Amino acid sequence: MLKVLKNKLEQGNKTSSYPKEPISLYHRFRGLPVINSECSSEIVTKCARLCPQDAIDPEAKTIDLGRCSFCGQCEKVENGAFVKFSENFDLGTENREDLITDGTLPVLADHSKQHFKKLFGRSLQLRQVSAGGCNSCEADTNVLTTPFFDLSRFGIDFVASPRHADGIHVTGPITRNMKQALLDTYDAVPSPKVVIASGCCSISGGPFFGSEEIIGDLNSLIPVDLYIPGCPPHPLTTLHALLKYFK
Amino acid sequence: MDNFLQIENGKAIPRAAIPEVSFDLFFKSISQFVKDDGFIVQFFVYEEANVYKLLAVVRNSNLYAISTEIGTRFQSFTRSVSEKFHMFEREIAEQFGLKPDGHPWLKMVRYHKNFTGKEDVFGNNYDHDIPGNYSYFQVNGESIHEVGVGPVHAGIIEPGHFRFQCAGEEVLHLEIQLGYQHRGIEKMLPALPHKRYPIICESIAGDTTIAHSLCFSQAFEGLGGLTVDKGAKIVRSMALELERLCNHIGDLGALSGDVAFNPPAAYFGRIRGEFLNLLQVLGGNRFGKGLVRPGGVTHVMGDEQRRLIRDKLAEITPEIEHISDLLFGAPTVLARFEHTGTVEHSVAKELGLVGYAGRACGIPYDARVTFPNECYGELPANTNSVTNGDVNSRATVRREEIMHSLTLINILLDKTETTAEEVHMQECSLSPDSFVVTVNEGWRGEVSHCLLTDNDGKVQRYKVKDPSFHNWTGLAMSLRNQEISDFPLCNKSYNLSYCGFDL
Repeated sequence: MLKVLKNKLEQGNKTSSYPKEPISLYHRFRGLPVINSECSSEIVTKCARLCPQDAIDPEAKTIDLGRCSFCGQCEKVENGAFVKFSENFDLGTENREDLITDGTLPVLADHSKQHFKKLFGRSLQLRQVSAGGCNSCEADTNVLTTPFFDLSRFGIDFVASPRHADGIHVTGPITRNMKQALLDTYDAVPSPKVVIASGCCSISGGPFFGSEEIIGDLNSLIPVDLYIPGCPPHPLTTLHALLKYFK
Repeated sequence: MDNFLQIENGKAIPRAAIPEVSFDLFFKSISQFVKDDGFIVQFFVYEEANVYKLLAVVRNSNLYAISTEIGTRFQSFTRSVSEKFHMFEREIAEQFGLKPDGHPWLKMVRYHKNFTGKEDVFGNNYDHDIPGNYSYFQVNGESIHEVGVGPVHAGIIEPGHFRFQCAGEEVLHLEIQLGYQHRGIEKMLPALPHKRYPIICESIAGDTTIAHSLCFSQAFEGLGGLTVDKGAKIVRSMALELERLCNHIGDLGALSGDVAFNPPAAYFGRIRGEFLNLLQVLGGNRFGKGLVRPGGVTHVMGDEQRRLIRDKLAEITPEIEHISDLLFGAPTVLARFEHTGTVEHSVAKELGLVGYAGRACGIPYDARVTFPNECYGELPANTNSVTNGDVNSRATVRREEIMHSLTLINILLDKTETTAEEVHMQECSLSPDSFVVTVNEGWRGEVSHCLLTDNDGKVQRYKVKDPSFHNWTGLAMSLRNQEISDFPLCNKSYNLSYCGFDL
């Protein structure tokens, strides 16, 4: 008992004051890209050719954050002449097409469905389904329940049964072998329900795009309400998206 | 031994140098090798000019390779030689439609069409979703009942199916059926441009990003003749240790949570995040994605990063010691940890368990010591004091590895070499008709990649092995004669990878 108390004193209170106070990430973190639309086509084409995820459209000079794995290779071309990744972790969007960005994203709070805010604003229970995820999206979602983020203080929880859930949070490129289990879980959630696609895998297949063993796009199976890009999304990206969309 | 070729970790050799012997001689040589305390690193098939070649990479204190040609059926090693082969042979049957004759439990591994278009060994029609045509191990008798769990589990974890055969609360047998995470990695890699390789290898198992990307990068370095400077090796070794730390610390917290002792669960859960953040300091991503590339690392570790890591370690090392002391000093915790989920040394050896699962059963193998690469040749090794094969042993081994990794990182921080420049993924020409095996000690144990190039220098076969491929059977054995309520505790003491297994 004494040891418990001693450790408690040593640990103190470590819960983050986000979102009341802003939080800044280390400058090497790669968040929302800052894109130079004045950049020469030659350089943008070079970036597009190097991009392992084929996420850059050299003509429109945009990056598809639904495909991007945030590896940062394009940032190294000509010293970031076309793109530089900022520390801004606010990346969630309501629409898939908004993720194809010239460096700006719509304000998420203005786009969220009002009836969702009314229904789930005070209490949101989610069932997580990993459908081929590499366990980094899962791990960085799990981390939201640790004392630093303490997700339940916002009335948001991950629950065991889909019957107790208001929606599902899906990670992974939807393998063929998980498709049925995913659809069964979705069906078991009572309506009205929300669907969240988390990580570039569930949005576009991520690193595995083109594989015949995956579906790749969650929205082709069930209607997605909220997209959270990243590989994996930073826990703050997920937290920001959940708070702005539902609160 | 005369029939084997001794090879080196990460060093490419011409394919012509791999000894190819008759199947009989292959069978005899491998059988003897395994009887003499040898273990399997890789055991896989590749196709060449419509002929199937079976290639084995085995280890004792050295690495060896040997190959043979096989037909559509071949004699199984599983029953007659060792259980080590059972999953490898099932994998071969599934990937190439070749049947190991006499395999005691020939069943699909990941549920997918084979690579060759041959008739399916298991009689499955893959146009139908999982579950296909396969049965589960059964125990019959009055009062025997079966419990099925998954693929979707009650938590934020990956999918897999567990089938328990129970007499009352006691588990007689657990069968673990995976495959739900299968993304077709081995099949897709040879057809893809090199630029996609690092991104895919980082996502084989996201919690083992560094170990898998090291295996990939070292393989490309071996085949492409790239060198890595000392500064980059320091960053890579440090990243591998940070990965080990965050996973071990997270799991000790989760083990504590599983026995309802909440303070260490909360504290370790948060401290795990501190180490993820240190990986972010090194390379901008909490899992180390985008950091390791063939030829070096994408971010230079400068004074600023060194200072941040050093300061953070100084701050949290005493906390880790205190919380470990709290966890392992609590009688209620020890009562649950000790004598739970025991795997005997002989069973662990027969199954070929690796990593902390093996070390907790008295198999000291650590790839960092046996096949050192990066900076490991000059770093001290670890030893384990508790090796009874139970949950307590696995937890204690992890506690010891946490303290060891902290020491290693401090040693690495004291080295002053800094990498000359950032290295990014680039097209590199690989030497044709070559073969390379890379082995790294990921946090779960031995991670290994194996590449064969064709005569144009294109990747012909890319074989990946995650330590979970060996260790899932260890978890199944842990559950024998345990109460079913101890499953979460046993499971977390291993914390194996679903996606690393499923590929």
